[in-house]
Amino acid sequence: MDYFDPHIHMVSRTTDDYATLARMGCVGMSEPAFWAGFDRGSAESFRDYFRQLTEFERSRAAAYGIAHYTWLCINAKEAENVSLSREVIAMIPEFLDRPNVLGIGEIGLNKNTKNESIVFLEHLELAAKFDELILIHTPHLHDKYPGTRMILDMLQGDSRLQPQRVLVDHVEEHTIGEVLDRGFWAGMTLYPVSKCTPARAADMVEQFGTERLCVNSAGDWGPSQPTAVPNFIFEMRRRGHSEATIRRVVYDNPLAFFSQCRRFHFQPRA
Amino acid sequence: MSAQEVLDREFLEIRARILKIAASLDRIERSDSPPADPARMALIREGLELLLKDSPGRAKNVQLLFSLPYSPDWPAALGVPVGKKG
Ligand SMILES: [Zn+2]
Repeated sequence: MDYFDPHIHMVSRTTDDYATLARMGCVGMSEPAFWAGFDRGSAESFRDYFRQLTEFERSRAAAYGIAHYTWLCINAKEAENVSLSREVIAMIPEFLDRPNVLGIGEIGLNKNTKNESIVFLEHLELAAKFDELILIHTPHLHDKYPGTRMILDMLQGDSRLQPQRVLVDHVEEHTIGEVLDRGFWAGMTLYPVSKCTPARAADMVEQFGTERLCVNSAGDWGPSQPTAVPNFIFEMRRRGHSEATIRRVVYDNPLAFFSQCRRFHFQPRA
Repeated sequence: MSAQEVLDREFLEIRARILKIAASLDRIERSDSPPADPARMALIREGLELLLKDSPGRAKNVQLLFSLPYSPDWPAALGVPVGKKG
């Protein structure tokens, strides 16, 4: 089955991973800007990273027939440094007209601090000013519940932002309901240790339906599985769900969400 | 799938997970002092008790048990201007 992985960090993966994903049916992916595993020293370092996301990764994916899209921001972890964050946010408009840029992301909270919140609000300002889509990172483990609610409060505090133009990622059993109820899109991240399993993701599809719901691997440089979306497809098939239901979550939904971006022009396989 | 089919699929997996928790608790108990953090041990006990309750939403309830609380007054507490835009 053709599928999209709407959240994967390919700069941390090998070209062999592109080959494997292509063979498993991946036809498109979106790569949010995130933390490199260490704090970067200057805004120039982000300029190079944004070139990598908008130039090099795009061509590396194309060699395997995969359409590569990306999101730009300074991630929540490095947002603790407010002055660096402001320099990076000021630079982002230089890259917003690049053809594979979908919007601002993955922005959000990490430890739910004041500085993270301030930088998050400044990213929202940028997204509103340039009318960009938004991809949200929600915190992990015990910070997820309050952090997700704080993020929703900030999004809803700005009436210029429409919930159908925001995808909130890493939802789990205790946050998915609130995100969908308020009209946002939700992404379930399949992760071997700290997040959601394919079986729990399938449970949430059964309980909440397929509307505005996506799954992703969030494959990165840590313990993660870039092939997690095919694992979810397999779990859904084992439970007897129709191909149309599965396709809605792994293909139609991400395409519908991304299609709201004026630069998004995806050519489905003939 | 029927409940019996789901159980047939999950039974060995559930058994293995219960064993894993049992062995982990034994491992903590036979380890040297200082003893394990009583607050976290109490959370584990509460989590296990939640599984025995005859009510749906166990996964959500376990998630909430292991979560920090949310307070709607957080913008004032942190000094962050929320809800003044648009
Ligand atoms: Zn990510």
